[in-house]
Amino acid sequence: MSAEQIKVGIAELKTCPPNRSIITNGLGSCVGVCLWDSRTKIGGLVHVMLPDSTQSRDSVNKAKFADTGIPALIDEMTKLGASPSRLVAKIAGGAQMFNFPDSANKIKIGERNAEAVKAALAQKHIRVAAQDCGGTIGRTIEFFTEDGRLSVRTINQGEKFI
Amino acid sequence: MIDYSEITQMQMDVLREISNIGAGNAATALSTMLSKKVDMLVPNAYIAPFAQVPELTGGAEKEVAGGYLVVGEDMPMGILFLVAKDQMSFFFKVLLGSELDPKSMLDEMQQSAFAEIVNILSGSYLNALSMFTQMTYSQSVPALCVDMAGAILGEVLMAIGEVSDYALVIENTFITNEDQLNGYFFLLPQPEILEKLFSVLGVS
Repeated sequence: MSAEQIKVGIAELKTCPPNRSIITNGLGSCVGVCLWDSRTKIGGLVHVMLPDSTQSRDSVNKAKFADTGIPALIDEMTKLGASPSRLVAKIAGGAQMFNFPDSANKIKIGERNAEAVKAALAQKHIRVAAQDCGGTIGRTIEFFTEDGRLSVRTINQGEKFI
Repeated sequence: MIDYSEITQMQMDVLREISNIGAGNAATALSTMLSKKVDMLVPNAYIAPFAQVPELTGGAEKEVAGGYLVVGEDMPMGILFLVAKDQMSFFFKVLLGSELDPKSMLDEMQQSAFAEIVNILSGSYLNALSMFTQMTYSQSVPALCVDMAGAILGEVLMAIGEVSDYALVIENTFITNEDQLNGYFFLLPQPEILEKLFSVLGVS
């Protein structure tokens, strides 16, 4: 795997050709959604920040929201030759980084993000093959299109593959 | 309603000036707290798209300490103070006489000291803002987190994420004789109050 990693930032989405890897650093309450077509080995990743675009007045950036980001990623992957019916998903993130004593803040946004991601995937009939969601830790994830492995790295708990 | 991306040069200058005074107050407060001379550089203030924000603080995966608090009613906004974890010894050496174990989390004393620093810094900022706007601000107790910068920023930016793709970042550098500390202040006024804020500041 000599080719460089493809980097995805907050509220961005990108596709990944076969035999490469795609990475997003520092997922907190955001959710990283990796989609993969095992036959063409085309992959993609969207770094979802918020659950629902209908709450937004300005939803220019589809990748920001679960309900628009996932369909947008599927479209991009289909353009490259992936088949929507073959896609499987691996997801990680949806943690809660800050613990506020008062509940006036948008509580459990991480949890809501993860739920919204699963709902959006279910709507597109995409199976969640593996997930690592929740907790209070930041995660860096790297997805390998060669075999569909997802690496999840944290600061204090090392690296694992799901 | 205006978006962060539409903030003009002149409005940025005003924010920069407030930051300058706020950071000046903060440096004075830090000097008193640490019993040593603390200077500062003129703050940098800029508008950056979300995806670039973690890069400004050394990358999304860099381990940082963040203190986040919310400011109430009239001018709802969030304030985040971020500092690289390895730079925190700047505080702890002087304040607590303790070194920071890079492998471990902050202990209770260190957390409490960091929360106090965040309190003082944000209080200094809000005083400066108060002076310019003739409004009073009440701040919450800071919530703390030590983890990847991207993880912390993602959760904080989400507060304005429904309406904006940009954040307002103020970079402060504090200097003592032996150390230099780069701290990042994120002022996150709810986008719907930006107009009001600039209007009371006379630059709408």
